[in-house]
Parts: sequence; structure tokens; C-alpha cells
Amino acid sequence: MSRDLIRLPVFGPGASFSELLRVAASDLTPPPEVTGALAVPEGTTVLALRHAEGVIVAGDRRATEGLQIAHRTIEKVFAADDMSAVAIAGAAGPAVEMVRLFQTELEHYEKVEGERLTLEGKANKLSQMIRANLPAAMQGLVVVPIFAGYDEARSAGRIFKYDVTGGRYEEDDYHATGSGGKDARSSLKKRYRYNLTRDQAVKIGIEALFDAADEDVGTGGPDLMRDIFPTVSAITAEGIAEIPEDDIRRLFNELISERSEQMLPPETHAVGVRGPGGEQQ
Amino acid sequence: MPYYVSPEQLMRDKADYARKGIARGKSIIVFEYADGILFLAENPSATLHKVSEIYDRIGFAGVGKFNEYEQLRIGGIRLVDVKGFSYSRADVTAKSLANAYSQSLGTIFTSEVKPYECEILVAAVGESTGTNEIFHILYDGSVTDKRGWVAMGGQAESLGSILQDKYPGEGVPDLPTAVKLGDETLRSVEERPMPAENLEVAVLDRTRARRKFRRLTDAETKSLLG
Repeated sequence: MSRDLIRLPVFGPGASFSELLRVAASDLTPPPEVTGALAVPEGTTVLALRHAEGVIVAGDRRATEGLQIAHRTIEKVFAADDMSAVAIAGAAGPAVEMVRLFQTELEHYEKVEGERLTLEGKANKLSQMIRANLPAAMQGLVVVPIFAGYDEARSAGRIFKYDVTGGRYEEDDYHATGSGGKDARSSLKKRYRYNLTRDQAVKIGIEALFDAADEDVGTGGPDLMRDIFPTVSAITAEGIAEIPEDDIRRLFNELISERSEQMLPPETHAVGVRGPGGEQQ
Repeated sequence: MPYYVSPEQLMRDKADYARKGIARGKSIIVFEYADGILFLAENPSATLHKVSEIYDRIGFAGVGKFNEYEQLRIGGIRLVDVKGFSYSRADVTAKSLANAYSQSLGTIFTSEVKPYECEILVAAVGESTGTNEIFHILYDGSVTDKRGWVAMGGQAESLGSILQDKYPGEGVPDLPTAVKLGDETLRSVEERPMPAENLEVAVLDRTRARRKFRRLTDAETKSLLG
């Protein structure tokens, strides 16, 4: 294999890594067809929102398999390169593999061509990869990521969402997807403002994930017992940076005490269980 | 009319041809320095590089005919990206890449009419100076494992004789010292003036995150040269 690769004509696969895999190692490309429906771990809620300095991307940590929890600490937000991130929802196995291919694709292009793809170019490439997954999606292995990054040409953060056929749609403000996506979007709708600071965006994103976990069984909230928290990455002109876990823990603790204060005291809203004589037990 | 050329003569002619081609090109110096590996090349073009990134810890340098070492560079990136994708990033090693280059160049040299008129270098930065790896691969596929410094290209011999004296015998220089030494050495063998913009400088810096390769901008190079 080694010699063939080195002497492959430069005009063969060009700077595309997925094209190279098709030519050189077709066994590593996604299977064209899967028969029968499969029960596989699914990632649940991820979101992205724009702010004045760029964009943040966040995701919970739970993977489910039907009504079971498949994994408690799965990562759903991945740096695609220094300037962009992919957040995945749907069938975890194919999604993680797609992200790995996408990351290699971007780095491969950058090394061969000596410059990075534009954000638009990266978004389109991901679109083609989702389209290539369509046969598997028809069998239930749906992968629908969110792609977000800092567009150096426009000096602004941008968010792209996708449908299962690879359709690509740009969002101006925020987006959330996955089983708790609708709940997260409802939360973001109330709290989102134009030109948020990065820290405000992180806070609102965390709140949206908390709301999604509150309404959707598939979405994992902060796991205080095991000290597991959702992950958040921020992308600005300086590049991508993961928000430290300590900050996220603090924000969740603040949010929980804020929300507890909003609730009625426990003794007044407890329905109580009454015995046969009607007396409170 | 049938003719006979002895294999010795054939190989000698090919080697002479390749060496002449390489001698026409500009030179590259590669140093081990305190934080990793430094590449310095005289290159008037800001976009057609002689030095580039191959993988996380691995860098590449080529001298001679541009299209030939460029093909080897792209081939190398393809090889390691497929390998790292199918196994793990940690399984990509400079040794196996150098071996693949050696096989390729060796086959081209013996079985094709025209040998490649280029020499390449594969370097990988290790956790410490002792674990750096530098492989110098010639036009005929022969590989040598180097330490300290390497000079290749048109002026390789005169550069080498200077570095033999000037590169510290023990320990490794820091970055400014290494850049200055490289710049002086490259200048001393050229009669032409060489503006600082014509210097292509890159490092494999072990203090960086995953991707160790970095190009130095003209401004950085100038400030290092003082």
C-alpha cells in the first residue's frame, strides 16, 4: 500500500481525504447499505448560538439505547479544526466516525494545499458526507450534526444545520437538535439576544441544556452525584477553546439554586398519599 | 544496432544526472534546537514551500526539482493520513514514512529512465532532544539517520564543512542562536545578497499542542535575527 500511495498521481484524489480513502482504502469508507433496523446508542441534545465574538457549541453527555442509558460521559462536541466545531446528534457510532473523517479531511486539505478551507467550504464538505450516509439513515442510523465556526472572511461566527439528505441551512442566531432539541430551542428563544457577550452565551446555552434535560428523558442534565457536566466550546477569532469544567459546574450550581428559589416550598406542592380513612400518612 | 551498457555505468550515469540536478537547486539546513527541530531554507517564493507539515510531529523538507519533491510530499501526507485514520495517530512514525520514501525513490532510481533529481528529509520531534528523529533520503533511496544538523541541496558540502565547526559539539542551541547560525551559514556560501524575506523558516516545536509544525513569519524571523 505504501508505495502506491506515494506515487499516486497528484491529480488523482487531489486534496480530498475522503476521495483518497475511496481510491486507496475503500474498506475504510462508510458502508453503502445496512439492512434491517438496528438499535444503537443515540446521542441526544446539542446546540449552538452566536454571540458578538463568535459562536458557542454545547452538548449534553448522555447516550441512550431505547429507554436505557448507553453511556453517561459521551462527548458530542468536537473541534473540527482550530476554527470550527461539529456537534453530533443521532446514531453515535456513525456520527463519531463521520466527525473523525471530517477532521482528517480538513487537516488533509490544509496540509496538501498549504491553506485552510473557507468556512463555507467546510460546511459544504460536511453536507456531502451526510448525504453519503443517506442509505444508512434510511435504516435508522440518522446523523444530523450542527456545524459552527468562526468565518475569518466575515469576522463573525456562523451556524449551519443539516437535514438527513445533506441539506444545509444557515441559522442567524441559534439552533439545537437531537431528542431534546425542541426544548432547548424553546429555552433559547426566550433568552437569546442579539450581540450577547461570550459569557452570556455560555450561560444561556447551559440553561437551554438544563431545560432540555428537564423535559426530555433522553437528555442528560448535570450529574451532581458523578460530577459529570455538559461540555461547551467557544470559537472566536482566537480559535476554539473548551470552557473549563469548573466554570460549567459553577454555572449549573447557580442555575439550580436560582431555579429552586422559583419553585414552591416542598410542603405546599406535595400531593401527599392519603390512607383509606382520608388521614394524611 | 544492439548496444550494451554495463549496470555500473548505467547507475553511475543516473547518479551523476541526479546529483547535477540537485546541485542546481538552493539549499536547506536542518538543526536540532532546544525545543525541537528547525528548518531554514533559502526560498524566494512565499507560497511554494521547501519545508512543510506531514503529521503531528513530522515535518518534511525537499531540495532539487520542485515537482518531484512536491509529489513525494503529497504522497507522504496521503500515506500517513490514511495510516493515522485507520489505526491511531500514535502509530504514524517518521521511520515508517522514511522507509516508504526510500522504497519509492529506490524503485524509481533503478527502474525508470530518469531518476528523481531531489533529496528529501523527514524529521520527527520527540519528547526530548534525545528522541528526535531525522532521516535524510537521497535520490537513489539510500537513507541516513542524522543527529544535530543536516545540510542538503546545491551547497550541501560547503554548508556541511562550516557547520562541522560551528554547530555546538555538545548540547543543542536555543532558537535565536540556531536561526542566526543557519542564516550566517547560508549567507556565507552564497555570493548573492540574500534578503531576510527570502529565508523560509519553520519549526517542529515540542511545546506546541498536537500539531507541532509551525512556520515563522518574516517579522518573527527578523526579530530572531536581531
